[in-house]
Amino acid sequence: MIRRCCTWLVCLWVGCTSLPVYAAQTLSIGYMQQSDDPRYDDKHMTAQFLGQALGRPYEGAEVALKEVKFHGQNAGVEFALESAEAATAAELIKQVETLQAKGVRFILSDLPAATLSEVASAFKGKDVVFFNVSAPDDSLRQAQCQAVVFHTLPNHAMQADALVQYLVAHKWKQVLVLEGEAPEDKLLTAAFERAAKRYGAEIVAKRPFVLGNDPRERDKNNIALLTGDEDYDVVYIADSHGEFARNAAYQTLLPRPVIGSEGLNALAWNWAWERHGAPQVEKRFEKKAERRMSDPDWAAWMAVKAIATAVQQTNGADFVKLRDFLTAPDTTLDGAKGNASSFRPWDHQLRQPLLLSTHNWVVDRAPLEGFLHQTNNLDTLGFDERDSQCKF
Amino acid sequence: MKPFFPLLFALPLLSLSLLVASPAFAKDTGYAFVSSENDHIVTVLDGKTFAKVKDIKTSKRPRHLQFNPDKTLLYAACGEGASIDVIDVAKLEVIDKIEDVEDPEAFDFSQDGKQMFISLEDDGALGILDVASKKMLKEVEIGEEPEGVLTSHDGKSVYVTSEVANTVHVVDIASQAVKANIVVGERPRRFATTPDNQELWVTSELDASISIINLADHTIKEKITFAPEGFRKEDITPVGISMTRDGKTAFVTIGRANRVAVVDVASRKVEDYILVGERAWNAALNKDESLLFVANGLSDDVSIVNVADRKVTKSVPVGRVPYMVVVDD
Repeated sequence: MIRRCCTWLVCLWVGCTSLPVYAAQTLSIGYMQQSDDPRYDDKHMTAQFLGQALGRPYEGAEVALKEVKFHGQNAGVEFALESAEAATAAELIKQVETLQAKGVRFILSDLPAATLSEVASAFKGKDVVFFNVSAPDDSLRQAQCQAVVFHTLPNHAMQADALVQYLVAHKWKQVLVLEGEAPEDKLLTAAFERAAKRYGAEIVAKRPFVLGNDPRERDKNNIALLTGDEDYDVVYIADSHGEFARNAAYQTLLPRPVIGSEGLNALAWNWAWERHGAPQVEKRFEKKAERRMSDPDWAAWMAVKAIATAVQQTNGADFVKLRDFLTAPDTTLDGAKGNASSFRPWDHQLRQPLLLSTHNWVVDRAPLEGFLHQTNNLDTLGFDERDSQCKF
Repeated sequence: MKPFFPLLFALPLLSLSLLVASPAFAKDTGYAFVSSENDHIVTVLDGKTFAKVKDIKTSKRPRHLQFNPDKTLLYAACGEGASIDVIDVAKLEVIDKIEDVEDPEAFDFSQDGKQMFISLEDDGALGILDVASKKMLKEVEIGEEPEGVLTSHDGKSVYVTSEVANTVHVVDIASQAVKANIVVGERPRRFATTPDNQELWVTSELDASISIINLADHTIKEKITFAPEGFRKEDITPVGISMTRDGKTAFVTIGRANRVAVVDVASRKVEDYILVGERAWNAALNKDESLLFVANGLSDDVSIVNVADRKVTKSVPVGRVPYMVVVDD
């Protein structure tokens, strides 16, 4: 994929220099990814928990690039993408330095949380903005937040809040939680527990599960046993790999819906959403990527759109003005999901509606009706200002 | 299987000329026509009793509706059907189709009626179509998700919004090229011009506003922001706009706020918000401007507003996801 990106970039570069100069300047947007990122392992992706990335999000950025062809016209700005890839944080830091030397200030980052943290911390206080498009970890928005990192991907707390709002709205408040062994599974459960407390759902029991058929561990690997001995309205499964979760629906002892990593989850994007111009975005993406759009794709798309909107609205490409625009209280960004999005100034998370999704439909859109906030209802999802532990 | 269809499609030119020759045949039926996106129908309502006269089956996902100048034909842009269906207003039937138009959303005609300017939602282009030959003459590349289309009073330009680029493009008809781009509020949708041809009003769905463009120099002259009591900006989504012939009053549907805003054009003041159905999308006045028909996308009905007392006199169920309404009287 990277080779193709480079070829494309070269064409663009040649195009810019050989044609009569229509635009005064090109604003290059960086795009970095970690090679051999286990999150995009083919096998992992076929296991598909609900909300699983379906591929690298690069095409999301490309689709947005085409959409913003008019955004820079009045300011005389054209947009381009410049990609970088490396295996380790140390190497990525070097690549970012090279991008910086070329004048790149905005960099989409398709990196796992730990790598992103390490790379970004090397640029503390610098004139650069990293857009996190694929790490949903709450820690990046809380204690480990960094001023140079903006997040277009929703975090776990936002997803959990949306899901629990749905449960509370339907009076399905008694929840059985099944939790896997992976550290990522614990992050999901922590977010869900926080949301349950915030909106008044009750976790009747929390049980660990393991994969396998070992009869000695059947109380942990047999779904009927795991879901017996207790009454509940729904089963929430925290399974960041999806292998367990996808086998759980219709196998529970009681006839109850399965939610979380399977069944129903709150996502940034769903191909089935029919309103707010979403089908057109989906169509453009499918044409380009030859697959459906998933959450990181949308997050990459949104990041490019945010930069271009900033250029259009500030009528220029001055970095400080663009960055200030992104966090200004009256800024509105169009994510094709209805409510206008904007970045929370306290942790740089993009506030946005979430889609309560099954595998082939969007059942509802969060925030749900009746969940109100004193300033912006979108702040009923995730860390509100008063819950924020982020200090820039 | 085939013989029937070629014959059907060979007829249109003939039938078109016949209809133009005898326009009195269909004049002033008093009917209101409503397109419904998800049922693929145009519903015909009696203009006085508001009773349903007929559901006309169309190609998939009919949206924008517009009459030819003498109102004998009604054109319906059918996005998923990749077609602009031609409805005979007298027969209440689809008598012709302009096919292979990829995802048409809205359109307008040239002043002589010979060309049609179509927003092609998927291609991010304004299509210029020769009506007689049904041939696409040119696709002018513009911003993504183009929507509202309006031919200028002097017939020389076409205005078209791009929802994604937050821009109104001004396309010169003679040269078939974009001659100006005007940045307006977020997600621009539809237009109205003042009768003096001085101002172009554009609704912005995500900005809760109307941008008023000075047509002399293509600059934004003023912005009207809607703020009905008890609503937040995100619930105020202006889309449709209909201005009275004297240019004194504009009716603006404000979507999720479930209301139509009544704007005094001269003072820019919002005089009233009329409660209608859910997600009011487009609105049309009847000829004597006593009634305003409002298509409500999320309650599957049409609200009929008595303009004098600014209240809904009746709501009539139509198809699923009503998009647009036009009146033949």
